[in-house]
Amino acid sequence: MMKKVNIGILGVQGDIEEHIVSVESAFRETAMDGIVSIVKYPEQIDSINGLIIPGGESTSIGKLSNTPNFHNNIKKKITQGMPVLGTCAGLIFLSNQIVQSPSNISQKLLGALEIETERNAFGRQHDSFQSEFPIPKFGLDKFMGVFIRAPRIRSIGSNVEILAKLNDTIIAVKQGNIIATCFHPELSNTVIFHKYLIELVRETL
Amino acid sequence: MISLVGKQNSLLPQQISNNLDSHTGTILLKRGFAHMLKHGVIMDVTNVNQAQIAEEAGAVAVMVLDKLPVEVRQSGGVARTAGMKIIKDVVNNISIPVMAKCRIGHISEALILENSGVDMIDESEVLTPADESSHIWKWDFTTPFVDGAKNLGQALRRIEEGASMMRTKGEPGTGNIVEAVRHIRSMNQDIAKISYFYNLQDKQELFRISKELNTSYELVVETGRLGRLPVVNFAAGGITTPADAALMMKLGCDGVFVGSGIYKSLDPLERASAIVLATTFHDKVEVIAEAQEMIDEKKSMTGIGDDLDLNMQDRGI
Repeated sequence: MMKKVNIGILGVQGDIEEHIVSVESAFRETAMDGIVSIVKYPEQIDSINGLIIPGGESTSIGKLSNTPNFHNNIKKKITQGMPVLGTCAGLIFLSNQIVQSPSNISQKLLGALEIETERNAFGRQHDSFQSEFPIPKFGLDKFMGVFIRAPRIRSIGSNVEILAKLNDTIIAVKQGNIIATCFHPELSNTVIFHKYLIELVRETL
Repeated sequence: MISLVGKQNSLLPQQISNNLDSHTGTILLKRGFAHMLKHGVIMDVTNVNQAQIAEEAGAVAVMVLDKLPVEVRQSGGVARTAGMKIIKDVVNNISIPVMAKCRIGHISEALILENSGVDMIDESEVLTPADESSHIWKWDFTTPFVDGAKNLGQALRRIEEGASMMRTKGEPGTGNIVEAVRHIRSMNQDIAKISYFYNLQDKQELFRISKELNTSYELVVETGRLGRLPVVNFAAGGITTPADAALMMKLGCDGVFVGSGIYKSLDPLERASAIVLATTFHDKVEVIAEAQEMIDEKKSMTGIGDDLDLNMQDRGI
C-alpha cells in the first residue's frame, strides 16, 4: 500500500491555520485522503513527507525554530528530497542569501534554495498590493497574488526554474523539490500551489 | 479558520479601484497583514535601541510610544501620539513592522501616522481620547488599524468601523493580567452563545443579539459561522511574565502585546526573548518553565493591584 501524503506546516509563527485550510481544500479537490499536521517540535519532522513554511516574520520564524536539532533536521530532509513550499517569510527562510533593509540584523536561514532575496522589497504595509500575473507552468493566464510587505528575488542559481514574474521581477521559483513564492498563495482563491506540492510529494512515495 | 478570500474593500480610492491590475488597501491586504503576526509578540518601545532588542528577541512587530503606559499613569496630563522623529528613527532602523498609537477618534493623528509609513495604527485607550462619541471610520485608510475591546460588542463595533485586528484592552501599565483575562473570557462566552444559535439557525435570536450588541446582523452571523472573531485577536494590557503570555494564548488569543512589562522590568533583554518563547510554545509546559527561568520575578515591574486613579479600559464605547 502506498504511504499517505502527510503535509507538515512549520508551526512556530505566522499564518499557519490558513495553510492548513488550503492543504485540506487541495486534498478535497483532488479527492485525496491525506494528512496535514503542525510541525512545532523537532521530533515531529520525522512523520511528514512534505513541508510548508508559512508567511509571518522571517526573523521570528528563524529564531523560534533554531533549536539544535530543528534546523538541521529540516535541512537534512529537504536535501534528501522532501518537497517543500515556502511562502513570503518561508521563501526568505529558504534562501541562501538575503539583502536586509533597513536593519542589519543577522538572520537564521535554512539556505537550501539558491536565490538572493531582498526583504520588504516592494515597500511597507501601505504599499502591500494584490496583482494578477500568469503562471505558464500551471497553464494559468491570471493568478491573483497577494503581496504583503513582500520580498523579491534578485538573482537565482543555475538550477533554479522561474515559475512567475511580475513585470520583470521574479516572484516564484522552483529548485528540484523546493517551491517558493514572494506572495501568499494561502490567501488566494485557488490552492494550485498546494496541489502542486502534494503532487511532488506523491511522486516521492 | 478565517476566510479572507474574495472580500474586497468597496471603499477604495477611485484611482486604485480603476486600475484592475493592482489594488492596495483591500480588506484582504489589511486583515492579511494581521494574520502574518499570529502566534507572535508585539512589543512597546520608546527608542531605537529598545526596538533593536525587540527585533533581536524575535518580536513580530514593535509599537512606538513616547511614554510606556505605566509612565502615562505616573505623569498624568494628556497623552498624545508619539513624536514623528522617534517613529521615523525606528522605521529606518529595523526590518520588522512598526506600529504607533493615535488617540481614539483623532482622525488627524491617524492620517499623520499613515503618512509616516507605520505598518499599522493602534486607536488606543492608553492615550487620552479625542472624541467621546465616535471612533475613527477606519475603512477610509490604506493602513490597517488595531483597536482594543473589553467585550464582544465593542470588538464587533470596531470591526464594523473597519478595524483589521483586535486586542483585549486589559488594564495597561498595571502589570496585572486580571482585566485582560476578564475581557477574553467575556468575549469567548459571548461567541460561544452566538455559535450555539448559529448552529440552530435561530435567526431571530441572532438578530436580537445584534441589537443588544449594537452591531450588524451580518457580523453576528459571520462570528457564529467562524466560532471566533472575524479578525485576528491579540491579548494586551498587563502581560508581564512568560507565564502571563502563555495563559493568554491558552485562552484563545492569536498573539500577545507586551507594553510596560518588558522595558519596565530590570531584565528586559532576557524577558523579551522569554515571552516570545512562551507565546509560541504555550502548549508545552517544559518550554514555559524554561522561559520562566530566563527571567527573575524580583525584576518584574512591581505593578498596581487595585486603587487605580485611571481606568484606561473605560475609554471608548
